[in-house]
Amino acid sequence: MEAAGEGVRFRPAGDGALLVELGEGIDPVTHRRVMGLWRSLLERPVPGMAEAVPGYRSVLVTWDPEAADGRRIREEVARRVQGLAASRPVGGRRVAIPVVYGGPFGPDLEAVAARAGLAPDEVVRRHAAGRYIVYMLGFLPGFVYLGGLDPTLAMPRRPSPLPRVPAGSVAIGGSQTGIYGAGGAPGGWHVIGRTWVRLWDPGRRRPALLRPGDRVRFVPASAEQAPPGWAEAVLEAAPVRRAG
Amino acid sequence: MAALVVLHGGLLTTVQDAGRPGHLAEGLAPAGAADRFMLACANWLVGNPAEAAALEVTLDGPVLQASGDLVMALAALEGEWHAGEPGQALPLWEAVLVRDGTVVTVGAVRQGVRAYLAVAGGIAVPPVLGSRSTHLRAGIGGLHGRALAAGDRLPVGRPAEPPGRLAGRRLPAHLRPHRRSGPIRVMAGPQADAFSRRGLRTFYNARFRVSPRADRMGVRLQGPPIQARDGYDIVSEATAPGSVQVTGDGQPLVLLAERPTTGGYPKIATVITADLDVMGQLRPGQWVRFVEVGEQEARQALAERRRRLEAVRAWLMSQPPGRPLVVATPAGVYRVD
Repeated sequence: MEAAGEGVRFRPAGDGALLVELGEGIDPVTHRRVMGLWRSLLERPVPGMAEAVPGYRSVLVTWDPEAADGRRIREEVARRVQGLAASRPVGGRRVAIPVVYGGPFGPDLEAVAARAGLAPDEVVRRHAAGRYIVYMLGFLPGFVYLGGLDPTLAMPRRPSPLPRVPAGSVAIGGSQTGIYGAGGAPGGWHVIGRTWVRLWDPGRRRPALLRPGDRVRFVPASAEQAPPGWAEAVLEAAPVRRAG
Repeated sequence: MAALVVLHGGLLTTVQDAGRPGHLAEGLAPAGAADRFMLACANWLVGNPAEAAALEVTLDGPVLQASGDLVMALAALEGEWHAGEPGQALPLWEAVLVRDGTVVTVGAVRQGVRAYLAVAGGIAVPPVLGSRSTHLRAGIGGLHGRALAAGDRLPVGRPAEPPGRLAGRRLPAHLRPHRRSGPIRVMAGPQADAFSRRGLRTFYNARFRVSPRADRMGVRLQGPPIQARDGYDIVSEATAPGSVQVTGDGQPLVLLAERPTTGGYPKIATVITADLDVMGQLRPGQWVRFVEVGEQEARQALAERRRRLEAVRAWLMSQPPGRPLVVATPAGVYRVD
């Protein structure tokens, strides 16, 4: 591990990758530095590098060790970090995402409300009042990690994961909120709503609609506002659970 | 168009090529063959480019019927395949001419876990994001993003040469990959400093057993718990291929082709690129050890892998397009001398 000023650490990640750590925790300042390096690498890739992948506080730079010289890439990335403008604006896009909260679309809304000691409507109000930043995509295809959740809505993960979380599910896990892009995989977060916007579409050249650095807000919507057929498909797949 | 009709999918048979890099920042791991060395060998045997789409067979293979005359080869550390029922054995590591209508059964993979069945012309399913590789968790690529099942029909591309001229190529035993008994070579991981001296000693000195929970996402290992200094949580960050995560129970999990692209477990080590093929062949119940190497050794190991691959390619390219030596037909298998 080498230090390079201001808490920058270069961590080894094998013969085909390097991890550049730009801060300590999950916060907007570190995020801006991460975005600064990531965008710089996207706009002007270091010769030989393959991909740059942002995390909360780091950027992973990968290359094909058969074709590229790892030492050169490390040196060039280090130079790039030195040249990072301290307060480069994040400059992400602003995106409003309609969400149908509760019911079959958000089966965990009531549990989240009960735990937070709030009415479900108040959970929705606070969640939709948030101004979120896409910190990163990852773990699952198209999963969007958002920073900026109202701390009163924070909630430990589910003790046992849901077997199949549908695409577009908006969920809370720990102090974060996120959206399941691809869907179909198990998930440990509490699902409080769902959007009909196709955030993940492998038919697109770039399957993920949202990118790290984008600004997101949620707009409460009713199922009637969704495109024809969407709500019906949801209801068919997940009938409303009735008490008793 | 020639095709393979699936009569039985086998345990987990997927279409794989070299994978689809370029989407890590969107949360999508590249997928692709777990043993790229073996994929290349199988493809070259039938005259394909090294990275053409082939079938990755897991432990127990599929039953397939040729629609059209096809040239096929099966690469495996140890395994078997046969034509017809009850069946006549077909040779491994050899391009076989399989006549229209012949039923071919890939049996058990007896060493390693994965075998590669290549067809001249390649499996011609439509590419998704530039690759035909099946990504099971994302549900894309291959055939509808899933493993093969009875009733599927896999289109086969047009081979570079007519079937009669491709068949007969054979890779001699000394050029085939063999099960390697040495330790898996790793470099220090991004969070090696998150482990106590004792934890690091445990990782490098202990033997670990491959858990039954080993799949295309990763290989989970069982052994003495590896001690971390301050718990097993880090701020989530992107993962490199071959990352060795240590999960909350102190057990290592080596990430492979369908890895989660980010993760919040500390990574004690990273398997070097040259040893990823070996990782992809670890069999549940098998014992493994790890040894730390430096950058230079990793580079030498990769150069050695390239030399071995080049030797395979050179041998197969130098073979004149022979007569078909083994021909499988619906009526039986015969050898042409």
